[in-house]
Amino acid sequence: MKLYAVFVYLFLYIPVGVIALFSFNAGRHASQLQGFSPKWYGKALSNPFVMDALETSLIVAFVSAFLASLFGTMAAVALQGIKGPLRKTFDLLIYVAVMIPGIVIGIATLIGLVTVFDLLNPLLAALWPDGATPPSLHMGMGSLIAAHAMFLMALVIIIVRARLAGMDRSLTEASSDLYATPFGTFRQVTLPLIFPAVLAGFLLCFTFSFDDFIIAFFVAGSETTLPIYVFSSIRRGVTPEINAIGTMVLAVSLVTLAMAQILLRRGGRTPK
Amino acid sequence: MTHGTRNLLLLAPAGTWFLVMLLLPLTVVLIFSFGERGTSGGYAPAFVLDQYANLPARWTAFKNTLTLAPIGTLASLVIAYPLAYYLAVKVDPKWKTTLLVLVIVPFWTSILIRSYAWIFLLGGRGLPALLDWVGIEDVRLINTPFSVLVGIIYGYLPLMVFPIFVSLDRLDKRLLEASSDLGAKPWRTFLQVTLPLSVPGVATGCMLVFILLMGEFLIPALLGGGKVFFVGNALVDLFLQSRNWAYGSAVAVALVVVMLITVTIYMRFINRLGVNREDVSMV
Repeated sequence: MKLYAVFVYLFLYIPVGVIALFSFNAGRHASQLQGFSPKWYGKALSNPFVMDALETSLIVAFVSAFLASLFGTMAAVALQGIKGPLRKTFDLLIYVAVMIPGIVIGIATLIGLVTVFDLLNPLLAALWPDGATPPSLHMGMGSLIAAHAMFLMALVIIIVRARLAGMDRSLTEASSDLYATPFGTFRQVTLPLIFPAVLAGFLLCFTFSFDDFIIAFFVAGSETTLPIYVFSSIRRGVTPEINAIGTMVLAVSLVTLAMAQILLRRGGRTPK
Repeated sequence: MTHGTRNLLLLAPAGTWFLVMLLLPLTVVLIFSFGERGTSGGYAPAFVLDQYANLPARWTAFKNTLTLAPIGTLASLVIAYPLAYYLAVKVDPKWKTTLLVLVIVPFWTSILIRSYAWIFLLGGRGLPALLDWVGIEDVRLINTPFSVLVGIIYGYLPLMVFPIFVSLDRLDKRLLEASSDLGAKPWRTFLQVTLPLSVPGVATGCMLVFILLMGEFLIPALLGGGKVFFVGNALVDLFLQSRNWAYGSAVAVALVVVMLITVTIYMRFINRLGVNREDVSMV
């Protein structure tokens, strides 16, 4: 039994371990170890394409995670006090957002937005004053952020709702009995209690967006995110540089995850 | 400001977002699936069933998905169950959380990089080279159903272990003691007490993995090398290569419908077994 468990853990960690090991390979060949050197990290970090993609990925992940955490938390708080058709509608929307495969979301966003843009662009051009160049809507960082924020919002609503459901109702009741305004209660009682969950949700959203390939592949337009860059490089062949980038991508997720886990633990320990 | 208006204001941004970024795009897909291909790709308005009539042309993709998704789910289950059992019942409680976290962590890291790792391992200079060295020659591992299956198990094992662990961990250990006190052999206790009580976790795990596998693209794209392709790969091809939006939309609608049908049948079956789905959150 124990041996079996060890075997499964080896299965889970050897492949990524091998990638990390070979990323320090001094040689030029991807699969022959020839001494250790961090030179491929230097090479990856001085590659302008990699740095551009990394920058795009970081901006998209940060902004979409921020929007999702803000609007998702607002929605979760409101849904707490609602019953009836509105609540059912939101439950259904969240279910659909989570159930529909990412690839279908990606495709739908692509053709949906392109269709809307094709309708809006002539309209904008007609409305624009003569002489000035009218703005032209197109797929790019904006559409990517909007698409990520959509499914991340569903995720945040689920996480924050779970935290709200686990909260002791008597705390908010006591607060309003002591004549706190609803906003006062929210700011001084509810928010401090759910804040760790919100922050953890933000961090999870960040990794989700940072690691997402399939939605970005469809809606990024001419932008390149890090996963898109890695995917197209893999098609051209395995190189030590991809190993270095891959190791860094894994490291980013691991650090973010560790922070989220610590926050959730701390959040779970607040008095109930 | 009343309670009602306040709640509406709080819901407005998320509601608008879902409307514009979820409902509108999905409606467009549905409308386009009844249209025709434009002369230079894209979409031309029409109301025809041609695209759906043409679905059998992509039968191979559906067949591969509907074979490898269940096989992948079952294989993950077979590998995950003993580990979940070990973690929930056998392991020293001191180490339980750490060991569980070690299983789950990979799931939250990039599936792209994790699948890439197997290209590296199964590719010509990886395992085959090693096998060649010990005298087993000309083994081809990459770009086969086998490599896709390995990628699937590697990607989704954590998602299977977690719910099974939860249901086994909640199990009242006194039941196991009672069973053995009443003279049942260990394997009999397992078959008649432990296994039935872990069915909710098994059901949840299988459903999560199956749903995600139905829409899989990356694993077959990287490890199947164009030979083993899923519906997801057909969709990428239709939208980004041949730009046939009408037909692509029909394939996407068909994928979601097939998924809903399978999940409904599955839920019926599970409910008949008399189990409620376990509430599981990986975060």
